[in-house]
Amino acid sequence: MSDLRENAPAVPILEARNLIKILGGNRVLDSVNMEIGRGRVKVLIGPSGAGKSTLLQCLNFLMPPDSGHILLEGREVNGKNRKELCALRQQVGMIFQDFNLFDHLSALENVRVALMKVKGMSKLDATERAIAELGRVGLKDKAALYPANLSGGQKQRVAIARALAMDPKVMLLDEPTSALDPELIGEVLAVIRDLAQGGMTMIMATHQISFSASLADEFMFMEKGRVVEQGSPAELLGRGSASRTQAFCAKISELTGEAGDGKSGGECRL
Amino acid sequence: MSTPYLEFLRAELAPGLMEGLWVSLVVIAPSALLGALIGVTAGVLRVYGPKPVRKLTEIYVSLFRGTPLVVQVFFWYFALPYIKIGGWSLVLDPIEAAILSFGLCSGAYQSEYIRGGLNSIKRGQIRAALALGMTTRQAVLNIVLPQAFRRALPGCGNEVIYLIKYSSLASIITVNELTGTATTIAKNTWRNIEVFCTLGVYYLVLVTLAGWLLRLLEDAMSVPGFERPRA
Repeated sequence: MSDLRENAPAVPILEARNLIKILGGNRVLDSVNMEIGRGRVKVLIGPSGAGKSTLLQCLNFLMPPDSGHILLEGREVNGKNRKELCALRQQVGMIFQDFNLFDHLSALENVRVALMKVKGMSKLDATERAIAELGRVGLKDKAALYPANLSGGQKQRVAIARALAMDPKVMLLDEPTSALDPELIGEVLAVIRDLAQGGMTMIMATHQISFSASLADEFMFMEKGRVVEQGSPAELLGRGSASRTQAFCAKISELTGEAGDGKSGGECRL
Repeated sequence: MSTPYLEFLRAELAPGLMEGLWVSLVVIAPSALLGALIGVTAGVLRVYGPKPVRKLTEIYVSLFRGTPLVVQVFFWYFALPYIKIGGWSLVLDPIEAAILSFGLCSGAYQSEYIRGGLNSIKRGQIRAALALGMTTRQAVLNIVLPQAFRRALPGCGNEVIYLIKYSSLASIITVNELTGTATTIAKNTWRNIEVFCTLGVYYLVLVTLAGWLLRLLEDAMSVPGFERPRA
């Protein structure tokens, strides 16, 4: 009996059906289907221009898809309805490649502003919550600093705290470490790892293959607006795998020197 | 024999100009506020308003930037009373007409600075705000506008300085502000050089004070990343 219950298909937290997005005459998303269950970590990989970032932005209608459906916990979201849209976005946190911290607000205010304006929390409650979230990403002591005085890694951690404060059900991460200097990537990845281990549902586009292989439940490889293959990192990257993902990862590992440990095929292989 | 300058200044010129100064301030302060209010509203609508509204604000700006201020002042004072709608017409007293002209004209220029400021803010700022669940309106008011305003402040401040100087145009529709008073004193005393040079000093002091106040405002609003450019 209990087996049955565990195996019963749960409603995915977030689902995309037949997403199509056309930009400048190109099908940037070509009938993309995707779903993610509670507590899962899905990693989007693929060459630039594959549509990873577009897919993430369509999922919360920052870029409205030309056609297709977005379902949050099984219920379709009407992207034309402002209320539904704001409700969706509150429940789907987003992390951007270039952080997009509000430049005129301190770290604390960055985390606090949406709590007050969107959730209607009192300043006192919002401040308390914001400090707690900054503590979670290890930046309690930087609360008073402005973005101009934070390092890239610190900015991205504040951005993560800002998204977490909204209590999202899913987090979308759009190449969260691509704009960072190499020495700052680690601190952000550590926060992301904590999140995943804490059970946060995440969809992340990234080129950090070895890191995400250790974290992801599922890899989704995209190319030219289509999902080429999906599966667990072990399936797609395992020894002897002839997957497109494998070929792509081997190539970028070569380029970035990720395979510096002498093992053939690099860290990419599990 | 005429009295020495200092005696003339103390007994006649300064008391007269002091009255004029008050009238000038009564014209300048509301005009500046009206201009700022119109400027911010029109600037925001020009960037984020629906298309017809955008078009409308563009027409407003080109109209009020493209015609001489004197013509606008004459229109509001001399022409407006003849415009009858349903038997009603609006007659403005000279000070009201001056405030309206200066406010509308100043607002047109202010909106240009605000628009420039808004356009200088990266798209990512508004996207991040939307992604947190803010409405476009909340995002513009809470995130984009405060940044744009800081960027636009030096330009807007300049516009206030201009406003102080073009407030002298109110004298041509019989407002006895600084320039109007000075003209009367000059006519009565024939001491043109002393009167108009002194008048110039009054404006210089006004502009200097305004510049100083604006710098205080800039400093008060300054945050890292949005500092006042140092010369």
